[in-house]
Amino acid sequence: MATANRNPFSLHSKFTGAWGRNAVISVPMVFLLLVFLLPFLVVFKISLSEMDAVFFREILSWRDDVVVLTLKYGNYISLVQDSLYFNAYLSSLQIAAITTLVCLFLAYPFAYFMARSPANRRPALLMLVMLPFWTSFLLRVYAWKMLLADAGVFNNAAMALGLVSEPIKMMNTPFSLVLGMVYTYVPFMILPLYANLVKMDLRLLEAALDLGATPWQAFWRITVPLSKSGIIAGSMLVFIPCVGEFVIPDLLGGPETLMIGHVLWDEFFSNNDWPMAASVAVVMVGLIIIPLALFNKYQAESTGGGRK
Amino acid sequence: MKTSAGKITSHAWMLAVFVFLYLPIFALIIFSFNASPMVTNWGGFSLRWYAELMEDREIIDGFKLSLRIAFATGCSSVVLGTLAALTLHRFKRFPGRTLFAGMVNSPLVMPEVIIGLSLLLTLVSVQRIFGFPARGFATIWLGHTLLGMAYATVVVLSRLQEMSASLEEAAQDLGARPLQVFFLVTLPLISQAIASAWLLTFTLSLDDVVISAFLNGPGSTTLPITIFSRARLGLSPSVNTVATLTVLVVSIGIFAASILMSRAEKKRALEMAAAYRKVD
Repeated sequence: MATANRNPFSLHSKFTGAWGRNAVISVPMVFLLLVFLLPFLVVFKISLSEMDAVFFREILSWRDDVVVLTLKYGNYISLVQDSLYFNAYLSSLQIAAITTLVCLFLAYPFAYFMARSPANRRPALLMLVMLPFWTSFLLRVYAWKMLLADAGVFNNAAMALGLVSEPIKMMNTPFSLVLGMVYTYVPFMILPLYANLVKMDLRLLEAALDLGATPWQAFWRITVPLSKSGIIAGSMLVFIPCVGEFVIPDLLGGPETLMIGHVLWDEFFSNNDWPMAASVAVVMVGLIIIPLALFNKYQAESTGGGRK
Repeated sequence: MKTSAGKITSHAWMLAVFVFLYLPIFALIIFSFNASPMVTNWGGFSLRWYAELMEDREIIDGFKLSLRIAFATGCSSVVLGTLAALTLHRFKRFPGRTLFAGMVNSPLVMPEVIIGLSLLLTLVSVQRIFGFPARGFATIWLGHTLLGMAYATVVVLSRLQEMSASLEEAAQDLGARPLQVFFLVTLPLISQAIASAWLLTFTLSLDDVVISAFLNGPGSTTLPITIFSRARLGLSPSVNTVATLTVLVVSIGIFAASILMSRAEKKRALEMAAAYRKVD
């Protein structure tokens, strides 16, 4: 890129010289292209190849002056024909949706009350919310194993108190899975909602009340629409990773809960079928591409604010 | 909340959510002192599991490796994240900006199995052609950096957006060259965000299971992988002890950080007030 002034440190160049500007942009750009984008293309390519004992066969090969391109789309046919995969995708979407809704239900009032608390209390409250977030999620999910097991804390307490005579089956069920997911992801919902609600101009609510709205009406017609971007950001932050979640289903899920992240893991580690795992991944990305685009759009809008 | 009914609801709801968030953590801590090896059957108070932890080579080695990777990840994520944040904040038009923004933000939400699988397949293909890299420290570090960079960018970018542009412009007006403006004005102003980003990515890396599992090699087993394999088999007191120690360290860290931050805030507010007063 040629500029009129070649000196990168010239006082007259626009903020940073072309040299400096290109360096700042290209370092992260090249990193991301190589480490984020390129792998997606590799996954797509491998999803069309065949597993060859230990490794996958290259899709391009040549012999006798002929270049042969072998694209095995059989993996994708299996995905469609075998109901296991379809059910896994469907149940993943369902569980992610349920988790998102439950998180929203818990987090919205919480974020709202936190945003409306006295300003001097908010940093402490925020700190209390962040602390579980900063503690290893793996350990906290394990803690639910401890609590929900048949011989776990809740059952032991209930039996000791005489509330039940037999342990309640809570572990390895859809209930324990959704509980674990909600538990892990609720801070991700609280934070964007809080960030949005705390900046809300309270005078708008006062104006609505002055104009005769009840607090309930004011809430639904002013607060909620204004917090829309927080709701969307939080929901995407919960929904998208939940679809592909593996650890929580593995520790807390059971035979009735089929998650696509788990299927991918099994294809790769247990079946050693890399092309199959790759095709599962490609379809998974296809499923989340719309929420992902939505998420990116809202991120762009919030960063497009630019300087004050 | 003006009405007392409103106040009761608000306090009750917040308390309920806090109980929900903290109950498992307290349970982990309490049962780490359980003398009985059956984790959930209380058998008296004991410190034996902590003593056994000191001998647990797997956990100690895993911890050391995770610590090193996390440290490296913190540094690389912060560097790349700051560059990405500067790019998004300052340069509104350049070819590929939408793609860039998409690539920076997507690792925040992309399921880790996809990130792990795609990186692994790429690294294996590269290894086939070029003979390196071997899977281990460097590959795990790379995967964690991709994730960390996304988080670091969000943190630094939000700080950049809050920051008043007039300070940088003033420095330029006074004759500072672009690099000087960055190091003498911008960097100190975003230093706190950079520190938070470092801590955040450090913690993320220390805790990561899936990406590490895909990208590790023989001899590079991280602490979360060890804990995960133990947790899959059932309940184990060693996990409880690790959990308690983790909560302890994190609590001290957060407490110290918030004290430092509030002090820095007060100091900055005083300085700003003094500066404006002088202008009058």
